[in-house]
Amino acid sequence: MKILVPVKRVIDPYVNIRVKSDQTGVETENVKMSMNPFCEIAVEEAIRIKEAGKAEEIIAVSIGNQSCQETIRTALAMGADRGIHVLTEERVEPISVAKILAKICESESPGLIISGKQAIDGDNNQTGQMLAALTDMPQGTFASKIEIDGEKVKVTREIDGGLQTVNLNMPAIITTDLRLNEPRYASLPNIMKAKKKPIDQKSPEDFGINVSPRVNILKVIEPPKRQAGIKVESIEELVEKLKSEAGVI
Amino acid sequence: MTTLFYIEHNNGKISDQSLKAITATTNIEGDVHGLIVGSNISDAVAEASKISGLNKLLHVDDEAFDNVLAEKLTQVMLNVANDYDYFLAAATTTGKNVMPRLAAKLDVSQISEIVSVESADTFIRTIYAGNAIATVQTTDAKKVLTVRPTAFKAATTDSAECEVVNITAENIPSISEFIGEELTKSDRPELTSAKTIISGGRGMQNGENFELLDKVAEKLGAAVGASRAAVDAGFVPNDYQVGQTGKVVAPELYIAVGISGAIQHLAGMKDSKVIVAINKDEEAPIFDVADYGLVADLFQVLPELEQAL
Ligand SMILES: Cc1cc2nc3c(=O)[nH]c(=O)nc-3n(C[C@H](O)[C@H](O)[C@H](O)COP(=O)(O)OP(=O)(O)OC[C@H]3O[C@@H](n4cnc5c(N)ncnc54)[C@H](O)[C@@H]3O)c2cc1C
Repeated sequence: MKILVPVKRVIDPYVNIRVKSDQTGVETENVKMSMNPFCEIAVEEAIRIKEAGKAEEIIAVSIGNQSCQETIRTALAMGADRGIHVLTEERVEPISVAKILAKICESESPGLIISGKQAIDGDNNQTGQMLAALTDMPQGTFASKIEIDGEKVKVTREIDGGLQTVNLNMPAIITTDLRLNEPRYASLPNIMKAKKKPIDQKSPEDFGINVSPRVNILKVIEPPKRQAGIKVESIEELVEKLKSEAGVI
Repeated sequence: MTTLFYIEHNNGKISDQSLKAITATTNIEGDVHGLIVGSNISDAVAEASKISGLNKLLHVDDEAFDNVLAEKLTQVMLNVANDYDYFLAAATTTGKNVMPRLAAKLDVSQISEIVSVESADTFIRTIYAGNAIATVQTTDAKKVLTVRPTAFKAATTDSAECEVVNITAENIPSISEFIGEELTKSDRPELTSAKTIISGGRGMQNGENFELLDKVAEKLGAAVGASRAAVDAGFVPNDYQVGQTGKVVAPELYIAVGISGAIQHLAGMKDSKVIVAINKDEEAPIFDVADYGLVADLFQVLPELEQAL
């Protein structure tokens, strides 16, 4: 079985986000970029499934500008076998990403696609579900546990009220939540080895997909700043303030 | 223009999240139809039919929908999609699971977790863990949106009953199967609808110590939440997590205990009316957003707080 893992390059989660003064977006020049943390969890899970002898090959796919090659290399260094880079300078919306991935699924026929539940830049939480729709595959979103059993995969999902378990026919799509695993760091020898692993370069046109955005970003602004309040010296003072000043208890 | 709004319910009650999210439709022109699914839910159907602003309620009275799977619910909406221009649901784990699947089937670019409807095609939403606020305009004819409930006031459920139409679920795929649910049991109010929340972080040290928060919560009628670090460490279940990738809350009072205030946590609670922080590190970033900060050891002051209430 092959496992397909889409990986996205995003601003590192620990970087302070700065909104551009012309309100067109956020500053990305000279900003540290990383693999989206949920995608890292997806790569890790694919590797564990392969290590357990349940998959033969892991393919990492990234869609975006030339730098996405680095993100694919990170996945290869962690343990993915080969990469596909779909080169485009456009801002690619989840629906377009899903369409390209659906085409790749047609040619690669993976048994599982494991993606992150959301990218921490756009916070959209859409791509996996959309890919499932376009390929008519079942979906196990927000996964905290995955168990493959023959032609089916059992997925434990993190839902608002607790946990839910579903059984999906394979091929299936799974999106990762935080508790699925703790991703490994790539070792130096593996980083070196990853340099020799193949990355196939494609363009959206190769798949016949028009990735022009359908949603225009009219303006991006900073959120209103919350002012720091006061420090209280004791619980007694805190309770007094909450009662008489804030009126919330 | 007609809107289809997916209404969630549990234990015979309409979800508070749905009641808040449906208020987003008041800024969209035209009729609003609700969709509710499940068998033996006459109480929920009766309540839903009285949601203010609702013109019609579609009900799938079918056991196959007692547990909602995305593959099935998407098909129900697809079956009636020709009649609608807008498709909305609350950005709950169900809404997030189902709506993108529907959007892709309709070849639409979904707009996630809107906090405002500016016009027929323009919406506001947060990106980058709430570090930026984007105004976006869609060019798609049909619109698929999820709504962040905390941005809207709950609709009332005391209007005259609207028409209820039973629809049958056709062409339902059987590629997935519901196995079971392990729901967190609690006597406390739900996180997303509570007026007061007290949350614990890594500083709580272990799950047993969350009892200190429970005792305070009991006095305040509050819900108990947590940071990601506390959930990852197994102190509390996943559904306690507040933040960018957990639940977004906006109570009247949010008390953060032993939580440093990472940006991903702030994303889930910084719209709370009053924020209290209890942390032994006076440099902790949580104090930058707190209205009232107390620099103290939580193990000393939590019992004091319980006593003082
Ligand atoms: C992709 C991604 C998504 C994330 N999503 C979320 C999310 O949704 N929600 C979330 O919360 N986080 C999220 N995080 C994690 C986030 O970055 C922080 O790591 C996390 O919020 C830290 O939790 P904490 O404040 O409990 O722990 P810490 O940062 O370790 O802080 C513990 C605090 O407790 C204080 N403390 C310790 N002992 C005591 C004591 N005895 N008395 C008083 N104070 C004490 C310390 O001073 C410290 O400030 C995410 C991270 C990533 C990368």
